[in-house]
Amino acid sequence: MTVILRTENLNKLYRLGGFMRAKPIQALNEVNITVESDKPVVIAVVGESGSGKTTLAKTLLRLETPTSGRVIVYDEVVAGQGAIPSRKSFLGLVQPIFQNPFEAFSRYRPVDIYLEETARRVAGMDGPQAEAAVGEALKSVGLDYDQVRGKYTAQFSGGELQRISVARALIPNPKLIVADEPVSMIDASRRMIIINLFKRLRDEAGRSFVYITHDLATAYYISDFIAVMNKGRVVEFGPARQVMSDPQHDYTRLLLSSIPTTTSRWRERPRRVASG
Amino acid sequence: MIRLNDLKLSYRLGTRTIDAVDGVTLTIPDNCVVGIAGESGSGKSTLMKAIYGDIQSPMYLSRGSIDYGLKGADGRPVTAENLRREWFKTISYIPQSSMNSLNPVIRIREQFIDFPGTDSNKKRVLERARDYIGKLGLPPEAMDSYPHQLSGGMRQRMMIALATFFQPELIIADEPTTALDVVVQKDILLLLMELQEQMGNTILVVSHDMGVHYQVTHKMLIMYAGRVVEYGDTDSVFADPQHPYTKMLIDSLPTIGEDSMRGVIASQAGAGGDRAYRVEPNLIEVKPGHFVAQPARQQAGVFA
Repeated sequence: MTVILRTENLNKLYRLGGFMRAKPIQALNEVNITVESDKPVVIAVVGESGSGKTTLAKTLLRLETPTSGRVIVYDEVVAGQGAIPSRKSFLGLVQPIFQNPFEAFSRYRPVDIYLEETARRVAGMDGPQAEAAVGEALKSVGLDYDQVRGKYTAQFSGGELQRISVARALIPNPKLIVADEPVSMIDASRRMIIINLFKRLRDEAGRSFVYITHDLATAYYISDFIAVMNKGRVVEFGPARQVMSDPQHDYTRLLLSSIPTTTSRWRERPRRVASG
Repeated sequence: MIRLNDLKLSYRLGTRTIDAVDGVTLTIPDNCVVGIAGESGSGKSTLMKAIYGDIQSPMYLSRGSIDYGLKGADGRPVTAENLRREWFKTISYIPQSSMNSLNPVIRIREQFIDFPGTDSNKKRVLERARDYIGKLGLPPEAMDSYPHQLSGGMRQRMMIALATFFQPELIIADEPTTALDVVVQKDILLLLMELQEQMGNTILVVSHDMGVHYQVTHKMLIMYAGRVVEYGDTDSVFADPQHPYTKMLIDSLPTIGEDSMRGVIASQAGAGGDRAYRVEPNLIEVKPGHFVAQPARQQAGVFA
């Protein structure tokens, strides 16, 4: 079995406030997760704002260095002591997708430039090769190169642009994609297009995902494993179906009972008037 | 009861005009929570602004009218002309990202006194306000804080306190819980439901979350491309959606404990872009109180 993701005693301390009165904030507190599998998986990290889930994503992406501990992705140390040194080889293994696709690309450059640059710089391809790779990646997210070529961010909807972000992330052929709230900026009716795309990329293209979200329903829908975070700690971790159907921690239960579902109401809705 | 008569709202952008709301006719009964759903650009926020009487350039009313059927604080009927005087008193607004709508440089108590038309006896107002926020689950000291000293959930409660302080007949809440965590969201929604039941007024809730609508609303209004596609009792709309767009909105939501494939309709309709459906302005009553847009004669897109 391959270690898809392992975090070992991961800690991250931020210092907040003035030089003399700095207040330490423990954003990650002894985070230990191990996901071993032969098949690619989707690992969901859920929690409220301030729970540390974005700090975890940033640490996995090497945008933050952990205060202590290390991260292993597909048997390679990617963060902490002994991490693989080259940025290029790291980006060939782990790729990000960010929350707001309109901020991920500059407004002043055509978006396909980013895709081509990723192909050249990270994947080390030459002109025609890069072009083919970009076309291939766009096709796998259901877009045509001609629909994208030379266009700017303002010419796309949020959903389309997020699919382009996914295409960009696919170009260097990464094994793991870290997606931080990838659908929270997208219209509700179009979210599932992205979510189903992740599912398909896992099953058909062999990509693993770390899916950071506060939306437990979509987390349940696509993930194989789920980590529930609260105040920097992982309070519950395990196979997604098991955690969601039989939550052990009070915090997980609280989260689950707070979701507004369309199947059962929190309470009755008394109403005095007749329908009009 | 609020009546919208063939409402058309447009924006003037340079030489172009954009019709954000185009031909909306409907009746909103008293004493109920009406949910409004639809994606960005469907015209839901524009419609809410118009009902609130906040029609400002570049937005303008190009056709139609709104009958409020409300009585103002002075006992006279509310019309589109005198509506502004009734803000906060008869009609109030909880704006989108309202937790950032509090004035950051003055204390909360000043914001209560700042109200248009508050009692001239400030001390009395403050006492009542302190009392009132206590009922909404806020500590009385919160009145003496600056907004940044409160958490997001507390600020949102405070906005709800401000909006409901005068027990207005109509409250418009635009995405009241979007920026909040699920646990806090549930508290706020339960609070809003309780207040509505106590006051017996009408609340319009704009949200993109169909789960929120199912929990909170009595009636649902689904908008698409500036028009109403479906309007009816929440139970009826969720149990038996009539329009393919409504079906898509409900279908797009996964449920914990259910493993069926979701968002399939969305993926197919997504190919048709933002104008996958063509919606006619006329509504047909399919069941008592359940209206759906008349099927268009010439349909565009895959799924219409």
